[in-house]
Formats: sequence, C-alpha cells, structure tokens
Amino acid sequence: MAMCAVLRCVSANFSAALPLLTRPAHFWTCQNSRRPNMLRTLYTTSSRLSGALKFTDKHEWVRVEGTVGTVGISNFAQEALGDVVYCGLPEVGTKLEQMEEFGALESVKAASELYSPLTGEVTEINTNLADNPGLVNKACYEDGWLIKMTIEKPAELDELMDEAAYEKFIKSLDS
Amino acid sequence: MTNHRTGKLPQRWCSRKPRCMTSTGLRVVRWWSLQDGVCLCSTMTVTLTHTRQHCSIFDVSRMLQTKVYGRDRVKFIESLIVGDIAELKDNQGTLSLFTNTKGGIMDDLIVTKTDQGYVYVVSNAGCADKDSAHMQARLQEFKAAGHDVDLEFMEESLIALQGPSMAQVLQKGVGDDLRKLTFMTSVLTPVFGIQGCRVTRCGYTGEDGVEISVPSGDVVSLTEKLLADSEVKLAGLGARDSLRLEAGLCLYGNDIDETTTPVEASLVWTIGKRRRQAQDFPGADIIVPQIKAKTQRKRVGLISTGPPVRQHTPILSSDGRVIGEVTSGCPSPCLKQNVAMGYVEAGFSKVGTSIQVEVRKKAVPAVVSKMPFVPTKYYMGQ
Repeated sequence: MAMCAVLRCVSANFSAALPLLTRPAHFWTCQNSRRPNMLRTLYTTSSRLSGALKFTDKHEWVRVEGTVGTVGISNFAQEALGDVVYCGLPEVGTKLEQMEEFGALESVKAASELYSPLTGEVTEINTNLADNPGLVNKACYEDGWLIKMTIEKPAELDELMDEAAYEKFIKSLDS
Repeated sequence: MTNHRTGKLPQRWCSRKPRCMTSTGLRVVRWWSLQDGVCLCSTMTVTLTHTRQHCSIFDVSRMLQTKVYGRDRVKFIESLIVGDIAELKDNQGTLSLFTNTKGGIMDDLIVTKTDQGYVYVVSNAGCADKDSAHMQARLQEFKAAGHDVDLEFMEESLIALQGPSMAQVLQKGVGDDLRKLTFMTSVLTPVFGIQGCRVTRCGYTGEDGVEISVPSGDVVSLTEKLLADSEVKLAGLGARDSLRLEAGLCLYGNDIDETTTPVEASLVWTIGKRRRQAQDFPGADIIVPQIKAKTQRKRVGLISTGPPVRQHTPILSSDGRVIGEVTSGCPSPCLKQNVAMGYVEAGFSKVGTSIQVEVRKKAVPAVVSKMPFVPTKYYMGQ
C-alpha cells in the first residue's frame, strides 16, 4: 500500500483524525502506550488467533492456508488511512506479480494503492467490502480481507517480514 | 507564509503519538478532550455527523480579521470588492469577493457593516499576507487623495461554533436573545463572562452557527466553557472541508482563484446591482459583460458513486471528451455518495446533465447537480 497519502489540506494547520477507538483492546493500548511489551503482545495474540501473517514493507499482509494466500492491509495502514469508503479490487482471474499494483483503497481524505505480496492469480475478492468498506478498518486481519490468491512462488514468502520484524519495521517509521 | 497566525487552541499530543504520524512523516494533530485528558481520536465522519446533529467548535484563528475605520470606510472597502456594502443594514454582513484588474477573484471574505464606526472584514488565512498588502496599498491611495480611512489588523482569535444545538449552547453564555440574531448579522457581547467578543451568525458548514471573535488571552477559557456542554465537541479542518463542500461553499485556492471570474464561478449574486451599473470595482470591465454574454466554463456541482472524486480529476462528456476538471471532492457521509465541484464547458452545466469523471484511468458516471448538496439550515428568524 502506498503510504504517500494524498491529503487535501485546507491550510497548513491540517488536522485529520484516527478511527474511533471503540474496541476495549485498543483503549487499553492507548492507556498503556508507555509499555511496548503490552503492544506487541496484543498484535501477536490477534495474529495467532488468525494464523501466521507475513508482511510487506508497504503494509500488506498475507496469510497462507494450504495453497491459498489471503491478503489484507495491516492495522498500522488502516489507522493511517482513516475511514475506508471505497475498495478498488481486481477481477477474479487477474494474474499478479509480486509488488504489482492490484487496486486501491479510498478514505475520506486519502487514497492508497495496494501492492501484491506474492506472485499468483486472484481466486476470490471480498465482495462484502462493496457495501461495507469499513470492514477494512474494523477487522483488517479477519473480515476486512481484500483478496485471495494462488501462490506461484512459495519462496517469495521468505522475503516477507514476520510479525516481529514488521513490528520493528513500523517502530522504525515512527522515529 | 510570513507572519502567519497560529491557532490559539492548545494542540496536545495524543499518547498514541507513534500512530499519529503517517509514514511520510506528516504530523497529524490529535484533539484531546479538555475535560478529562483522554485521547478521543475520532474520525472525520464521526466529527462531521456530530456537527450536523449537535454542534462542533473549529479554531479558525488563522483567518485575517480587519477593522476599517473612518468616514470613508464604506467607499474604501467597496473600491476593493464587488458587493454593495452601503445598502447593508447596521450590523448586517455579506459574502463578498476581492477582485483583480483581470476580473479574477483574489479572495472571498465576509464584510459586516457595524454600527460601532467600523466595517469588520474576515478573510482567508491562506491569503492573509496578500489581502493585508492589498488593503494597505489602497489605504495609501485613499489617504493621498485626502479620504478619511484607517485599517486595524486584529489580534483576536476566532472560533466557529456550528450545528443545530449551537443556539441552545451559546444562549447560556450570552445575555442577548439569540432568536433576534439572524443569519449574517453580528453583535458585540460578552460570552460566558468574557468581554470583548463579537458574535456573528455565519459559518462555513451550512448549519446554523456562529463565529466568535474573542481576545486571544481568553480563547482557551471560552473553548473550555463551551466544551463543558455535552452537546459540543472539537472538530478539525478535515471535517470542516467536507462540511463546507456538502453545503456547496467554495474553498479559495481550490474552487475559486485569481484565474476564475465571479461569473465563471457562479457567484454573480455577490455583485451588487448598483455595482454592476457603476462598474466601480477592479476587473468590472471584464466581469460585467460576462454576466450577459455568459462564459465558456462554469462551476457546477457533481454527484457520483464508486471511488471518491478528488481535485484535478478530469471531467468527461458521455462520449469521453475532456470537458473540465474537478476542483474539490469528497465522500459525503450525509448523502452516502461522492460530491464534488468543478468547472465544465458551459454547454454541460445544466443540472441533471450526465457526464463522467476519470478516476484511476476508469470513466465513472456522474451527474451535474444543484448545490448545496445537503440542505442548509441558516437561521432566518422567527
């Protein structure tokens, strides 16, 4: 996902906002921002529940189940993007190279391209996102998945970051 | 921009600061609740909806507030703008435009004819340097010609309180009956005990609202007093931009600029009848003939579904020819569609015309529509 968000500024004093922290887990995160271990446990726990994730440096994740990879965007990405209002996804059957642009997510004030974590063919797209694009914000690792695809080159998975490496990566962006 | 005003409300960093920065390093300000210090990061959609159902505070202190004094103050301000200020009632204001000699719009502004011996002008933050230089240059000309006029660039802060429950909230802190303060009228009054305030019933959201000019030393205290009412929440400029677009209001720099004339911009109503006849404003020789002859392009509203339409999006005819460009656009939480403004060839400007917009190389259907997109709720009195 291209994090060079297109922001429409009214003035230099632009203020956007993050999604409402409705889930108690996130409120907990907010209160305990001085305790990074808490943060890491939270993300690790949520991903263990849904299977091991691999991440790109453009904030997509892929979860492999058998021969199928499910693709979505990370919590870091959905927070930065804001309320998703439209998902532009490819058609089933589209062949993708690793890092090829396959679509875009639009939020109120920003738009971001999506990049394929792997080489493969799109087998399914999440049709629920047409009527409910907010699923990407509410459940980015579960119901907010974007596409499913075949995995033509399994070795590409080794090039991606595991959760711990991704956590480190996003922390490095903060400095 | 030199000498730019800073917003006077405190901007405290959210404890989730690492998450408050995009990876491009753009700092995003988070609004703290001043009541309990807990981070209430909110979405733009939530803020916008709150404004339309309750009310919100916007810090617009960066806008330039000017007082024009002197016997010839009305003549002075009229020499720079298209509006008929002389005909305004006491303490009545109007939207007007600074124009240049080429007929283009230099800025849009609110001009109020007060009965306290001055004309009160509020103009855009982004044009503060340009506008103040423009007014000062004209001031020198007027003084040299022996006229009695003076300028004062105000140091006060400005906050907007906008939404249907504004009057209910504000009445608790104002002695005057707000039912008598109608849209585009202004009054000097203490607000929640704070002296030196001016309250003008106007805004940039389409809702019933006010803008409160308040001494900068008291703006935090006033904001805290307003936030003590559970109806009121802070809102940022992102939501403000979506609100004004839903209300069909232009953003200077996007929808109007020095290359757009008031006629192209569908703002002919701002040009006073007397002014059209006298042609006594900058660029009148270009603007007035356009009123009758029409222009090649016109600013219109667009509605579409699918991907949001943004500034610079090409506008196409049904057969794919480029006929214009979008100047502002956003998803509308109220309409659950995308709304936008742009300029199209005059032949396509009629409401109901089917056109297309090109988003990410795909043509998406759109319709020319009337503005405001969301009905406005200006208070006209009882």
